[in-house]
Amino acid sequence: MLASEPTRPDRDPLDAALTWLSNGHKVALATVVRTWGSAPRQAGSQMAVRDDGDFAGSVSGGCIEGAVIEAAQDVMNTNVPRKLDFGVSDADAWAVGLACGGRIEVFVEAVR
Amino acid sequence: MNIETLKTIQALRANGQALVRAVDLQSGEELLIDPQDDSSELALAARDAARADKSGPVEIAGRDWFLGVFNPPLDLVIVGAAHIAQPLAAMAGLAGYGVRVIDPRTAFATAARFPGVAISHDWPDDALAKAPLGPRSALVALTHDPKVDDPALATALRSTCFYVGALGSKKTHATRLERLKSHGFDSAALERIRGPVGLAIGARSPAEIAISILAEMTRELRAGNEVGQTSRPRTSS
Repeated sequence: MLASEPTRPDRDPLDAALTWLSNGHKVALATVVRTWGSAPRQAGSQMAVRDDGDFAGSVSGGCIEGAVIEAAQDVMNTNVPRKLDFGVSDADAWAVGLACGGRIEVFVEAVR
Repeated sequence: MNIETLKTIQALRANGQALVRAVDLQSGEELLIDPQDDSSELALAARDAARADKSGPVEIAGRDWFLGVFNPPLDLVIVGAAHIAQPLAAMAGLAGYGVRVIDPRTAFATAARFPGVAISHDWPDDALAKAPLGPRSALVALTHDPKVDDPALATALRSTCFYVGALGSKKTHATRLERLKSHGFDSAALERIRGPVGLAIGARSPAEIAISILAEMTRELRAGNEVGQTSRPRTSS
C-alpha cells in the first residue's frame, strides 16, 4: 500500500489490517465492546489503525477516533491490550466526548 | 489479535461461513468459535450472539469476554421477476442483502432488468436445493402462479430462513394456505408466511410495495431478536 493512499473509513478494517501487516506496518485493532444510551456505532464495530495513524473503519461518528488512534499507536508497541471508556460525563468531555450523549467502551489490541 | 486468527476470519467470511471471535478483555486471549458448536457455556453464548447477529460482552466463570460476530451477508431470494421485484432487489441491495431472483420464465428475469442480481431460471425448488436458504435468508414469492410460488414457499417453510412472504390478496392467500395444508404443513408452519406480504402502509406503486416488504423483513430480522418485542406470533386473519 502506498503511503500516499488516502484514508478511507468505509473500507473493511480487517482487510486493511491484513494488507498493512503484509507491507510491514504495525497494526492495532479497536472494537466497540459495549455502548450505553445513544451511541453512533454498535458493539462489534471495528477500526484498524496503522503505525503512521492511517485507519480504516470506525468506532463512532468521528467523535473519538482521534483518541482511539493515539491509544492504538501505544498498544501496537507495547502489545498490551487496553480498554477505553468514552462518555460525556467527564468535565473535559469536549476533548474526546460524544456529542450524542452516549457512552462507549472500546477494546484496543495489537494485531501481530 | 493473532495474524493467523485474522487470516482465518477473512477466509471464512469470504466462504460465507458464520463465526464468532471471543476475546478476553483482560488478557487479550482469543478463541474462534463455530456457531454450530454447543460444547461449552462460551460456545452457547456465541451461538446466541450469531443468531441474533449481535456482538457484545459476556461474563463467564468470572472472565469478561467479548463476542464479535462475523455473519455472512443477508440473503434475499425473490421468486418471480415481477414489477415489484425490480425496486425490491435494488432497495434490498442498499440494505445490505445479496439478492437472487428465481424465475423459470426466462423472458422476465434478465440481467438488463436486474443489474447486479444473481438470476436463476431453474424451478425454485431446484434453485434452492443448489443454494439453500439459511438463518440469514428471506424469501418473497411474487409470481401469483402456484406452480412457481408453492414449491418455493414449501422449501422456505422447511428451512431456517427468517422471513417468508407471498404476494396476493387475502383471498389468494387463503387458497394458497389450503393448498399448502394439503401438502402436510400445519398451521404453525403456515403462520410463518407473511401474506398479504408487507406492512400495511397503504403502499400503491411497485416501489412503495417494495418498501413495505423490506420494512416487514427488517422487523422480522431485528425486532424479533429483542426479548419481549418479538413480532411473532401474529394472529392470522
